[in-house]
Amino acid sequence: MRAYLPAYHLEAVRDLNEVLGRLNREPGRWKLFAGGTDLMVLLEAGKLPHRNFLNVWKLPELRGIEVAPESVTIGAATTYTELRNNETLAREFPLLCRAASETGAIATQNRGTIGGNIANASPAADSPPALLVYDAEIELVSARGARWRPLQGFYSGYKQMDLRPDELIRRIRLPRGQENWRAHYRKVGTRRAQAISKVCFAGCARVENGRIADIRLAFGSVAPIVFRAIETERLLRGEKISPAIGPAAGEKLAQEISPIDDMRSTANYRRRVAQNLLTEFIEMLSSH
Amino acid sequence: MPDSSGKVRVQLRVNGRALILEAHPMERLLDVLREQLRLTGTKEGCGEGECGACSVEMDGALVNSCLVPVLQAEGTEIRTIEGVAGDRLHPVQQAFLEHGGTQCGICTPGMILAALNLLARHPNPTETEIREGLAGNLCRCTGYTRIFESVLGACRALERDS
Repeated sequence: MRAYLPAYHLEAVRDLNEVLGRLNREPGRWKLFAGGTDLMVLLEAGKLPHRNFLNVWKLPELRGIEVAPESVTIGAATTYTELRNNETLAREFPLLCRAASETGAIATQNRGTIGGNIANASPAADSPPALLVYDAEIELVSARGARWRPLQGFYSGYKQMDLRPDELIRRIRLPRGQENWRAHYRKVGTRRAQAISKVCFAGCARVENGRIADIRLAFGSVAPIVFRAIETERLLRGEKISPAIGPAAGEKLAQEISPIDDMRSTANYRRRVAQNLLTEFIEMLSSH
Repeated sequence: MPDSSGKVRVQLRVNGRALILEAHPMERLLDVLREQLRLTGTKEGCGEGECGACSVEMDGALVNSCLVPVLQAEGTEIRTIEGVAGDRLHPVQQAFLEHGGTQCGICTPGMILAALNLLARHPNPTETEIREGLAGNLCRCTGYTRIFESVLGACRALERDS
């Protein structure tokens, strides 16, 4: 059933300071409303539990992509389209652009934001796996101050995250110098395009003398949170690259993920596909 | 600030016309267009951003109007299907007619807006660009082939006219 609109509030704000002030004065009362690609769907279905929102769409302090010598910093209200169109991101962080271009269609990409994708905390979100393998950090701000923390560890359980009621995600920072890593992104859904992930994979590895000097692996939809496969990474780090390392890595991966049966897929299918995606990545590393 | 009914005043331009309207800030742009402004060319299909029937341009960007709370349309320029034709049909509309890109018609306004938006970004789109540009617009009648042919036909017509 459709929502009863007068029960909801969406208020305009002048600037970021006003947002932080209101979050600080009435912690827990307000949540942020950016591109609305998730919230409006819930509203229309009568399933939007929170009632009071501050409009941060196009808020200048949350926008823009800044390139510095050591890092690229992305405003939280940057849209998927803006991510896709950024040349530095396309060159140095192609997995993020891939994720952006495989999230919905053009109309969704024009509205959905990277910060919204992080804060919505869906285990099936498509950009956090890419952000995780690039070792992204996020800046959380409140009227009390700002703090940077790694995205890794930000989620503690299904829709649970290290975000206090008076805080918001202002920026995402990606360390540069990773363009020589070999990287792979693949989303597996019901169709090749316009589908929500059954399993999503992002991986990158630094290869030296035929060995995996370093590796990062992240998955969507195989755990209550977007998941970095730390144990599997540990097993693979230092290994000589060959298809022979695939089976043991796949075993380890199956132990550390915890996929479920739901409306989109089954635990068995997801486990198998996650292993196949890992195998595909290892084969890609060995074929160079 | 909202008044006692919870409504706010929103200023925007629709198809070139400056408007001031009152609406609940969370009201869907789609409903404001159809019910307040009687611009019923914009259709509702799924109401959850999957089908593209409600596509309009907001400041030149293609959006699903079912997912835009009208507060966020404040200060923007909206183009709907009613703003596409001049005295004559736009070449994209004409091409949909000539190439059979329309059958039942429900997807057509959104499809035309998506096609126009695509051609503004890629005047000579590749097949991949056409497929991507229209990927968010579902059609249950045509099987899409005639829609792609319509877009290609429109490209040729626009090239001839320019």
